[in-house]
Amino acid sequence: MIEVSHLSKRYGTHLAVDDASFSIQKGEVVGFLGPNGAGKSTIMNILTGYLSFTTGSVQIDGFDIVENPEQAKRRIGYLPELPPLYLDMTVKEYLSFVYDLRKVKLPRKPHIEEICRLVKIENVYDRLIKNLSKGYRQRVGIAQALIGNPDVLILDEPTVGLDPKQIIEIRSLISRLGKNHTVILSSHILSEVQAVCERVIVINRGVIIADDTPDNLSKNLSNDHSLVARVIGPVREVTRLLATIKGVERVTCLGKKEEGSNDYLIEPDRETDVRRPIFERLSDRKWPLIMLRTNELTLEQIFLRLTDAADNGEQLFKQAAKTETPKSSLSEAEKQMVAELASGAPTVFDAAASDADSLDDASADPEDPESETIAQKEVDD
Amino acid sequence: MSAVFKREFRAYFTSPIGYIVLAIFFLFSGLYFDIIFSNSYAYIASVFMNMVLIVMFVVPILTMRLFSEERRQKTDQALFTAPIKLHSVVLGKFFAAMALFGLGFSMTVIFQFILMVYADVNWLLFFNNLIGMALVGASMISIGIFLSSLTESSVLAAILGIVVSFLLMLVDSFANQVSVEWIRNILVQFSFSARFNTFASGTFDFTNVVFFLSVTFVFLFLTVRMLEKKRWA
Repeated sequence: MIEVSHLSKRYGTHLAVDDASFSIQKGEVVGFLGPNGAGKSTIMNILTGYLSFTTGSVQIDGFDIVENPEQAKRRIGYLPELPPLYLDMTVKEYLSFVYDLRKVKLPRKPHIEEICRLVKIENVYDRLIKNLSKGYRQRVGIAQALIGNPDVLILDEPTVGLDPKQIIEIRSLISRLGKNHTVILSSHILSEVQAVCERVIVINRGVIIADDTPDNLSKNLSNDHSLVARVIGPVREVTRLLATIKGVERVTCLGKKEEGSNDYLIEPDRETDVRRPIFERLSDRKWPLIMLRTNELTLEQIFLRLTDAADNGEQLFKQAAKTETPKSSLSEAEKQMVAELASGAPTVFDAAASDADSLDDASADPEDPESETIAQKEVDD
Repeated sequence: MSAVFKREFRAYFTSPIGYIVLAIFFLFSGLYFDIIFSNSYAYIASVFMNMVLIVMFVVPILTMRLFSEERRQKTDQALFTAPIKLHSVVLGKFFAAMALFGLGFSMTVIFQFILMVYADVNWLLFFNNLIGMALVGASMISIGIFLSSLTESSVLAAILGIVVSFLLMLVDSFANQVSVEWIRNILVQFSFSARFNTFASGTFDFTNVVFFLSVTFVFLFLTVRMLEKKRWA
């Protein structure tokens, strides 16, 4: 449906989009994710033909946006960052204007009314847009994008400025629209992308640094074998006990997350499933295991890792996935601290000691003085 | 094009601009008409000749927000992502301004009918004046639209337009005092009012028609190019 190849956009000396290539199939719901100023809006403006580009090509349903702009634009409904509303018109007049502007062939009145029902703006149909709240304006903006029933919907930050209830409504609307439209939406809110999109394209400084499903991104970047256990029991002994389980390579206490218990990060080798032995050993000692979960990265953490990696000039997430092995996730400072703890010397966490790993809630929290990193197997032995 | 035309024409009446411009046109044409009427002088062309100056200073108000406001409010994103050509957007706005301009001169038809009651009037002269006025209006509107496409500030667009009008007026007053003959000859060519006056006096000179239509075309074309260029910025 959408083919973008080697797209670059240069503003003077600033490269806003740098060699972006992706293709989006019919019916996909894709999220553009990136910090503010990453180039999401620029890419969207290019896809819709509002901006031109320096090199590359953009095709919508086989129509080149430069050579055949009218055919291409006919297939796109666009909600820009700021909804393009004429404040001096009523909702009715405005939607009717967009209907004329886009040369829609569908029957006018039923079509506009259907859209108004869909985005729930019937009750403000005759009001001046000037007098509408931001949430309603945003919805009129979405309605405007839907006019003519275009195959592709491009929504730039569709939930910005809405209250939580409206956000949920708009998201479910987008999910519904995703069933028979191709949808691209941009966001810097990760939960939104996670909730709505089947696929995420992460953009940072104009470069696409990842393109995958939210699940795969999470899997590739995290050490998905590690587990987090919440156990009620004495810290040192529980740590030692867990560390003696066959297949466990390292146990780190993450400190107190819930009154009366401690969380432990358990990093087993890749082959062994240690969940059963963990339960059995703990129950032998009557230390209740009150939670056990796999330690998957949230999209927030993935996002920060990817953008950090890209900012540090590293090779995208392929390498990030490769290097994120359990061993390397301890920084030098942390290793030193582990050694000090083992030798009984008191240690105060240096906030600067671990920056990269502080994003990972599995690693020790530098702000929390209670968190202790103790006992690797070899230290114990 | 018709969608843009309809919207723009209606927008003149949802803001004060349309009413202000019409009020100015009606007021001044009424005043000038009153002068000829009270002097029992059935020569409507003098109303038109006086109105040229008013037109040159009022048209920038008519055109100032046509593109600058779109850009400022980012509504141009709807216009330029719609499946229509740039020039039809420009033409839609141009004709909307022309329509309002025409409405401003509708009063002169009534004046002409009033004169008809008291004297023999020359309808051919009247239409010649109307055509001349429409051509002056078209030129000024297209210049105004171009200026509006240059900036996001409609006030700045209006000021630029009034500066242009002022320069055109200076051409009229000072061209004859330039001692170098070839410069004078060139300057005289640019006088809007001198060219209009040939219409007012009842001469339908085709070169003047070509002149005004060329100015209109050139500035509308430049507007399209300017909008095109902004896509690259």
